[in-house]
Amino acid sequence: MAIIEVTDLVKRYGTHTAVGGVSFAVEPGEIFGILGPNGAGKTTTVECVEGLRRPDGGSIRVCGIDPQRDRGELTQRLGAQLQASELPEKLTVREVMELYSSFYRAPADWRRLIEMLRLEDKLGTQFRRLSGGQKQRLSIALALVGDPEVAVLDELTTGLDPQARRDTWELIESIRDRGVTVLLVTHFMEEAERLCDRLALIDAGRVVAVDSPAGLVATVNDTQRLRFKPSAPLDHALLTELPEVTGVERAGTQLVVTGTGNVLHAVTTVLARNQVIAADLRVEQTTLDDAFVALTGRTLEETS
Amino acid sequence: MNVLYRLTATETKLFFREPTAVFFVLAFPSLLLVILGFVPPFREPNPDIGGLRVIDLYAPIVITMAVGLLSLNMLPQLFAAYREKGILRRMATTPVRPSALLGAQLAMAVTLSVGSALLILAVARLGFDVALPDNLAVYLLMYVLCLLAMLTLGLLIGSLAPTAKGAAAIGSILFFPVVFFAGLWLPREQMPEVLRRISDFTPLGAGVQSLQDATAGHWPQLLHVAVMLGWTIVAGALAARYFRWE
Repeated sequence: MAIIEVTDLVKRYGTHTAVGGVSFAVEPGEIFGILGPNGAGKTTTVECVEGLRRPDGGSIRVCGIDPQRDRGELTQRLGAQLQASELPEKLTVREVMELYSSFYRAPADWRRLIEMLRLEDKLGTQFRRLSGGQKQRLSIALALVGDPEVAVLDELTTGLDPQARRDTWELIESIRDRGVTVLLVTHFMEEAERLCDRLALIDAGRVVAVDSPAGLVATVNDTQRLRFKPSAPLDHALLTELPEVTGVERAGTQLVVTGTGNVLHAVTTVLARNQVIAADLRVEQTTLDDAFVALTGRTLEETS
Repeated sequence: MNVLYRLTATETKLFFREPTAVFFVLAFPSLLLVILGFVPPFREPNPDIGGLRVIDLYAPIVITMAVGLLSLNMLPQLFAAYREKGILRRMATTPVRPSALLGAQLAMAVTLSVGSALLILAVARLGFDVALPDNLAVYLLMYVLCLLAMLTLGLLIGSLAPTAKGAAAIGSILFFPVVFFAGLWLPREQMPEVLRRISDFTPLGAGVQSLQDATAGHWPQLLHVAVMLGWTIVAGALAARYFRWE
């Protein structure tokens, strides 16, 4: 039985449809990702799940609760980490945790949370004196302080340096290990690939696909990509007429050839016949990014 | 109740971590009264103002100025900042409604304002022998009406201003005419007729006169009570109309 069920969710702002019929179901104990470019409707979708926005259509159930009908009960069982939400500047970490844990019926032990998030040295530090990563971790602590069944984390690692990002990923895994279902919003492929058990790919307010990262990659698995610098100018038609080749693109001094099957052998054969040497040749595996391109016809980077 | 108390305590703690705010809200009004009290002619009975001393007039003026400082210079900025920083939004994801946070800020403002007024009255009485209110109940009621009118005005500014900076700017710009008509530079008794007439219709002008009347043991004028209630209703309705959580 799904712990989060979103069915045909629609949300409009004026004439603009931000979310146009999104459906997905999250199983208890999984890390479920919502992946898509900026402006795809990811945040609007989770804000409806959190009960912060009233949907214009469709239905949402979180732990069997309708977020609009029973906000009180929802907030006891769903913890939310919002994008860009601050705290009073001069409140210390200890004061924040004491205050926010007092809001809940059965709060988690906030001291253990603070230890898990490695903020125990910062208890007496005011919010304004915390680093970006520390603020982010405090924000996670607040999302978990009510001991929720579901945690919604929105663009958690945006603005963090690579090390802090990797640390945060470990943290999210440890949250899941505590038995909390995690709904993770992200526009980082690498993050989704590394963390999510399953994910919904969202583009322009619609779900393009729901699957595991491996499953999504498998839908376009056949594709390979070759990158190389040709030693001499080369007529693209020589390559495009090959049955294995699906696309040829120029990227600076490099050629990028996509294809299926034994495309590597086919291309190198043509190059050899024309006395062209492929310098810096690299063969790239399919990624989630490729899956996104295959499913939407655009790259994440282009759109975001 | 427990949550409201905790939030109010936290807000008050935060207030006391801002030395500038503490000075202007709590210390400055009393200090101003002391400075005025050191001007010798202000301590002499003046036949032009019915035998009162200037310092007698300034006690209620300074009390309403403290109300103005709090409701125009502190509260709107606080309101707007909590919205701008997403603190209200975060609150909305917890079992506590964001309205509790606004309630806590208002409760803190009332407490600080009363504290400041008591301090001013004590300084006036002990330092300069200014008479305490003859009709304490009416005095208190008038004080509450004046405070309500100003706090709703502050809430309205906090609702309309897009940012904390904007709220601070609007608040300080409004502060000067509002305290001018309270008589801070020229007590109402010495104002030309036209100015006094305008002052009658401002929240602090009406407030000062009502406090003065209650001090002397008179009933305040109906006009002034109506003016304070009017400001409360109009500003309150507009604030409710334009208030945004985010």
